[in-house]
Amino acid sequence: VKPKSQRLGRRTTVLLLLSPWAIGFLLFTAYPMIATLYYSFTRFDLVNNPKWVGLDNYRFLLTKDPLFWQTVRNTLWLLIFMVPLRILWALCAAIVLTRPNRGRSFYRTLYFLPTMVPAVAATLAFVFILNVNGPVNHVLHFLHLGQPLWFQDPRYAKPALVLLGLWGVGDTMIIFLAGLLDVPAHLHEAAVLDGANAWQRFRYVTFPSISPVVFFSLILGMIGAFQYFTEGYVASRAANGSVGAPNGSTFFYPLLIFHKGFEGEGLLGDASAMAWMLFVVIMIVTVLIIRSSRRWVFYQGGLK
Amino acid sequence: VSAVAKTTLRPTLPAEIRRRRALQSIANHALAITFGIAFALPFLIVLATALMTRQQSLSGQIWPHPFRWSNFTQVFSDVPLIRYTINTVVYAGLSAIGTVVSCIPVAYAISRMRWRGRQAVWILILSTLMLPAQVTIVPLYVTFDHLHWLGSLKPLIVPSFFGDAFSILLLRQFFMTIPQDLSDAARIDGANEWQIMTKVIVPLARPAIAAVGLFAFLYAWDDFFGPLLYTGSNSKAWTLAVGLQQFTSTHNTIVWNTTMAAAVLFMVPVVVIFFFAQRVFVEGVTLTGVKG
Repeated sequence: VKPKSQRLGRRTTVLLLLSPWAIGFLLFTAYPMIATLYYSFTRFDLVNNPKWVGLDNYRFLLTKDPLFWQTVRNTLWLLIFMVPLRILWALCAAIVLTRPNRGRSFYRTLYFLPTMVPAVAATLAFVFILNVNGPVNHVLHFLHLGQPLWFQDPRYAKPALVLLGLWGVGDTMIIFLAGLLDVPAHLHEAAVLDGANAWQRFRYVTFPSISPVVFFSLILGMIGAFQYFTEGYVASRAANGSVGAPNGSTFFYPLLIFHKGFEGEGLLGDASAMAWMLFVVIMIVTVLIIRSSRRWVFYQGGLK
Repeated sequence: VSAVAKTTLRPTLPAEIRRRRALQSIANHALAITFGIAFALPFLIVLATALMTRQQSLSGQIWPHPFRWSNFTQVFSDVPLIRYTINTVVYAGLSAIGTVVSCIPVAYAISRMRWRGRQAVWILILSTLMLPAQVTIVPLYVTFDHLHWLGSLKPLIVPSFFGDAFSILLLRQFFMTIPQDLSDAARIDGANEWQIMTKVIVPLARPAIAAVGLFAFLYAWDDFFGPLLYTGSNSKAWTLAVGLQQFTSTHNTIVWNTTMAAAVLFMVPVVVIFFFAQRVFVEGVTLTGVKG
């Protein structure tokens, strides 16, 4: 049995080691979260003190503010289209990378490089590439195909952002690649002997093996889509001169939080209410995905 | 007899297999190159446009004629690029240092020591990973306003010295792979936890620490929302990300050739860092992904 002083010393050590995170958690996470909840029930700008208004902010946002539901729809669009397409594209790129015997690290570097490009630079690059008289429309014109206005057309602005999103899938791709290379070769050989075709081998051998990785990137992609900000802000301002343009088609939920709280009239109460609703929805969706994962995610060694 | 039979009965098989393999290999590389072109093309277009005249950049042409290298120097006279760069390096460098210094002890306590409540603290740290930044920004903005920190880099740098869930996760994953025997041996030699951490674990965990520092640096380099929110009002504190975004709105229509030149200057440092630190990088990404 250790003397009491030594045990106390150990506890102090743990507390000291944890202190950076513990202080940070209280100052930069716990307190702001509670304060945001409080502000969400107030009318508040930086000049005047918060004034309690009960559920007014929530009621206004949910029933009277047309912008609110438009940003909800835009963000849902990202969740439904951009998140799965990015995962699919990353998986395709990773599969393509597993094929060549030589030169894999060269290809991997090339595919990953766009992920390194800062979001603002990548977005501006795509606003240029997809501008009305830009190189892509030049090629489309040459092929006698239609030339969309891309970031300046409400129907094409979000698909253009998807193209930008597909360019920078390197981190997801690297994780998939590691997962694919980890699939035991004997499983593939056994499947070939059993006469499985390429799709069956993917569906019944490869996919179950990498499903934990797909699950992980689905959660990350989902959280990223809920917080999608930079690309929407930069693209709409560069292409149209105003945030969320054209026609509010790139006005995503976090953009409206920023716009309400920090750009326009300083409606920090509304911004806080929106932030808390976002937080609650992210939690619910995360729990739903984790629940569903029991049906389609297979962990090594564990049987369903 | 069997050896003779083999050579006489199937003399064509090896050649056929070799041919099929060669075809397969060509197909694999063709596919890989096609994907490679898709990923590389935007770089080439940006670079080519950065070298065009303003007139040509609006024409949709691919090849610069003439080459206008002066676009790059033009950027420096159009905007205070040096100042933006210094601000970005200060933000990225200090937040990398802050993240590494503050996360090592936390990850150590979580992964290398046994104490009551450890699991609960770990779950708490993990759950903050899912927290959207938006749910904390209003009070933080108000606080930083009271402290008169708005319009400076302080709101961006100071919090990085107080731990970050993702970095703690990455370090923990790595620390767990270090055999416990090494800590026990050091304990028997009379080392305290602080000494074990700094003398045993940290030297062994250099790759993970490098990855954490690198990720923090790159995150800050890339960060747009933070600098926009906290430094937006004061152009002297802008980073490259905010400066580049504002650059597009200084004229009525975007001047594409110099905008692309500025974008190139903005991405060159990270691309160079990537080539030098690729292994650190890929290992770091994989560490968080597969074992997370």
